[in-house]
Formats: sequence, structure tokens, C-alpha cells
Amino acid sequence: MSEHQHIDHDALAELRDVMEDEFVILVNTFLQDADDRLEQLRAGAASEDAEEVRKMAHSFKGSCINIGAPELADRCRTAEQRGRDGDLSDIDACISAIEAELGAVRQALAHFRNQ
Amino acid sequence: MTTDAGSTTPLRILIADDNQTDRMILNAILTRQGHEVIMAEDGAQAVDTFERQQPQMVLLDVLMPNMDGLEAARRIKAAAGEDLVPIIFLTSLSDAESLASCLEVGGDDFLSKPYNRVILRAKISAFQRMRDLHQSLQQERDRTDQRNRQMMREQALARRVFDNIADRGCLGADNIRFEASPMSIFNGDVLFASPKPSGGMHLFVGDFTGHGLPAAIGALPMSEIFYGMTAKGFAVSDILREMNRKLRNILPTGFFCCAAMVDLNLRSGHAEVWNGGLPTAWILRHDGSQDELRSRHLPLGILSAERFSAACERHSLALGEHMLLATDGVIESSSVDGTMFGEERAVAAINQRSGPQGGFECLREAVHRFGEGVVSEDDITILDVAMVPESALSTVEHEVLPDTGAGPEQWRLQYDLEDRTLAQFNPIPLLLHVCMDVPGLRLCSGDVYTIIAELFTNALEHGVLRLPSGLKDSPSGFSRYYSERERLLGQLDRGWVSIGLAHQPHDDGAGGTLLVTVADSGPGFDPGETASSLDHERLSGRGIALVQTLCHDVRWNHTGNCVEAEYIWRAG
Repeated sequence: MSEHQHIDHDALAELRDVMEDEFVILVNTFLQDADDRLEQLRAGAASEDAEEVRKMAHSFKGSCINIGAPELADRCRTAEQRGRDGDLSDIDACISAIEAELGAVRQALAHFRNQ
Repeated sequence: MTTDAGSTTPLRILIADDNQTDRMILNAILTRQGHEVIMAEDGAQAVDTFERQQPQMVLLDVLMPNMDGLEAARRIKAAAGEDLVPIIFLTSLSDAESLASCLEVGGDDFLSKPYNRVILRAKISAFQRMRDLHQSLQQERDRTDQRNRQMMREQALARRVFDNIADRGCLGADNIRFEASPMSIFNGDVLFASPKPSGGMHLFVGDFTGHGLPAAIGALPMSEIFYGMTAKGFAVSDILREMNRKLRNILPTGFFCCAAMVDLNLRSGHAEVWNGGLPTAWILRHDGSQDELRSRHLPLGILSAERFSAACERHSLALGEHMLLATDGVIESSSVDGTMFGEERAVAAINQRSGPQGGFECLREAVHRFGEGVVSEDDITILDVAMVPESALSTVEHEVLPDTGAGPEQWRLQYDLEDRTLAQFNPIPLLLHVCMDVPGLRLCSGDVYTIIAELFTNALEHGVLRLPSGLKDSPSGFSRYYSERERLLGQLDRGWVSIGLAHQPHDDGAGGTLLVTVADSGPGFDPGETASSLDHERLSGRGIALVQTLCHDVRWNHTGNCVEAEYIWRAG
């Protein structure tokens, strides 16, 4: 996957404009937050708590949309739908997909931040 | 940090979102637009922060721990009361049902992710306009409320002032019944009754055109003139002329007072009635019939003094017969379907009576039944007064004005009326006023009035005009007597009556002696004959007989055209 699909450069440029000096803090906060959420998603999946999975995925999705990570948001949406459906049969695969995409987003953001 | 505040007024805005990056982005956007931002991380915190810091707008995430956005919105709307606090839901929800539930709890709009500063700014200005409009409507409503409350307070205050100025006179007398709403003065109706110093009473029913302040303003001088002049012994015609003059001066064109005034003479069993613009009043007879007292004049406050006529109709009433007066609120009161009560229904109602005393109840009940379910616009005032023996009203308290205690005690005066002045001017109120300045004598104003009035009337009517008193023996002769009196007064161009008053206080300071001397230009009469009329229950000469019972001594000169009455009074 190319870097261009992991992050939305226009959205991020707009955000940098809005946040000014705080843009770096925002990005760092997002990444830190994302790690926490990934952790919580795993915990929810392990205890087979579909509602918890739905909420975590929903919230995670929201910040992904805002930060300009559409692919990551899409993968969160899939996990959220599983939680809503109460079907956690392939939830581990969903979370792994999120984790993989998060790694890619992290790299892309680091690149963007340093531009 | 740059700002792009634009044209919007800064607001205090609460952001409630459990997602830190979302909060940071919104905070950055709003702060740069010049708004003051406060933040909460969950629903419970949002409600708490709202209550403590009173933000003017709330941005609320739907899914939050510790109370979700829906519940928080419900509580925030409840806490805001009637203030308009717009709630914008932050959402990536897209299904219709979820969005609908946001609106149901009081949400005003949505903001979807990713957040866009242009859209957010547009939404905030739209809500700000709405808020401003809401606020000015609220202020307008509050101002109106406040004005209404103030008006009610002022009306109540004016009512109290009016009650203080216009005491109820003798409206509580046993022979009077009336119906008048407590706020009727602001609907233009007035009702006065006052005992006369000579006995009997004056009654006044008035109905001002218009409502509210103009009507209430007119009522005050009416009341003062009525009670003041009645207490001073003025006749109905004098009082009416003064009321007309006053109203014509103070009321704007188009405002006037429909009125009826009654001088009820309990001693002679007569009533003098003046009706200017009020509906027809009635005298209810023992035989079940009724005499109509139609309006013969224009209302008070219209005609100039020269054109105003205070001529009264004279009616005799037997004991127990009643007089019934009403303002046009009775005739004009309407039923639920808008029909007017009307004079016919009024007559039909009083015809249901079983005796003269029953007319009042019959009319009152008929009007109330007729207007059931209608909030009446005009006020209904009904006055019923019965002819009773004077002794039945001994409980009526005369209005006693405060005595300054500093007036003259020892004095004499001579007051001569000549020629045309004798025909046109009634000196009794003036002379009574002089006597009432004697400390303590006010309590005997009825006696003093009777003595001066009777002696003066005798001198004028029998002395100067040479009217034979025998005429008054029959009811028909009574009215012939009065028309003859009017005719002779009109022709009078020569003659005089001289009144002397002298007061001497007693040595013990409790009371004194008032000497009243009345002489006239007439040829005189046989005083012996007049004095003997005390033995008869005849109408004629009653006045002189009464003077004789009130006075210590009454002496005529040998020609009978000069009388001297000695009145001894004691204080307390």
C-alpha cells in the first residue's frame, strides 16, 4: 500500500493550519491514544464483550476520520459492525488489520510531520 | 496564535467528547474563532460543567462513558430552562434512527467528522442569530410582564387611594342595597351615598365613558364634590352644577359621565331625581306598579355652565317603596351568544318581584343568569334605596371632618340678601360653614343646618314670597306649592331677608349658645298659628315645629316678620 492511501494529505494540511504549533502535539496524542485503544479493543475481544468492542471501535473510528486516516477509520468501522452484530468470530483478524494499518499510518504521519 | 474570529460575537462554548484528539481539534477551531472554550470528557462532567459555568452553546459527543450524550443533552436542556442553549451533536453516526433520537432529546443540529471549520462557523453564527432573537423576545415578554404587574399594582394602589379619599359615606345604611364590583371604578362606574346635615341622604350613580385611567381620574373630583358639598349642606342642583363644571374642565372632549342623583327626603317622603344619560330608573310602588325615571338631561361634563340644567323631578314615595337605579352595564350586558340584556328584559325581571323590596334581587339575578359564562366588559352597578322613617336610620354615622379646635368661639355676623340675589343665591352652605368653624359645633351640624335652613326658608317662602303654607297639606298641593315657588322666585325683584348669627361659648368650655335671628321684608304672620302646628302631624309647618324642638327658645316679634332662635349645645 502506498503512503498516499494511508493518510489524507489535504485533511492533514488543513489540520496543521488549524492547530498551528499544536499540530505535533495533536499527532503525538493521536498515536498514543491509538495504542491505548488498540489495547482496549484487544481486551474487549478477549472477554468477548461485543458492546465494549463496538464502543471502542466507534470512538477510535471518529478520531481516525478527524486526523485524516480514512483506511484506518474503515477498518475500525468493520470492527464496530462486528460488535454491533454481536459476531466476534473474526474479531482478532479485524484487530490485526487495524494494528497493521496503524503501523503504516504512524510511519506516514512521521513523514508528514517532518516535511 | 492567530485568530479568525470573523464577525461573530464570542460565546462560551462547552465541548464534551471523550476523545482527546477530537477535543483538541474543536478547541483549536473555536478558540481561533474567538470563542471561550470549556471542555468535559464525559456526559456526567458535561452536565456538571454546564451547571457551574453556564456556557451559551454545547457541542456534545453522542457516545461517551459515564452518561451518554443523549442523557446529558436532556439534563442540560432541563437545566437551561427557558434560555435557548443550542446543542450540536458531534457524530459519525449516520443511521436515521440514531440521528432522530438526538433531536428527540433536544439536540438542535449535528456536526459530522471530519470537523470542518467553515461549516462549524456557519452553524455557530446561525445559532447565535437564533439566540439573539430568542433573547430579545424573552426580554420583550419580561418587559410586558413587568409592565402588566406594575399596572396591576398601580390600579390596586389607586383603588386604595380612592377608598381613602372617598369614604363609602352611608352606602352601608339599612335602606340601601347595591351591587358594584370592587374594581368597578376602573370600568368607570361610581356610586356615592351621603347623609345630609338636615337629615335624609344624597345618592349618586355615575358611569364615565371609557375605561381605565380617564374614568378613574374623573371619579376622584366627583367624589370630593359629592361628599364635601353634601356635608356642607348644598342642594342637589348646586352639587350637580359643580360636578358638571368640574368635569367639563378636566375631561377631554368626548369623555363625560352619565349620572343620576337623588335627594332622598325622609322627613317629607319625597325624592328629587336628576337623570342625565343613565338608563331609566324606577320607583317600585306598593301596588306593584312602577314609575319610570327617564333621563331628561345630557350627561355631566358636556354642557357649559350657562346651558346646563340641574332641574330635578320631584316624586313622593310612601314608606317601604323603593327606587332602583342601574348603569348601562346592566342593559348592555350580553349573553354567551352576544345578545344584549336590554331594557325589556330588565323590566320583565323587576316585574317578577313580590314587593317593592324584591326588585333589586330580581334584576340582579336576571342579569347574572343572562350573562353566565361571559366575562363582562362593562361593569354592572345597581343601587336600590328604600323610603324609610328617619328614625330607622339613626345608625348612619354622619361624616365628621376633623376639628382643628382653633376656630372662633365668640362672634356675631349679619348677612343680608336683597332683591334678585335673594331669588338666585342659597346662603345656607356659606352660613353653615361659618358655624362649623366653632370648635366642637361640627358634631351638631344637623341641628344647626335645620335651624338656619328652616328659618331662612320660612322667611323667603312665607315672608317675602307670601306662599300660603296650607297649600302643602296634600300631596298634589305639595307639587303645586313648589311650582308656585319657582314662578314667584322668577318674578322676584324686590325684597330682603336678613340673617343674624351670634355664638357665645359657655363658661365651662363645653359647648355654647348659637343665636339665629332671621328677619324679612314681608308683612309677617301670626306666630301663634305657626307654633300650634307642632301639635299636628301635618306636612306644613313641620320645619318650624322641628326648630322649636331643637331650640331652647324660639321667639317672634309681634308682627311675625322677625324670629329669634336660641340653640344651646353641649360638647360630647
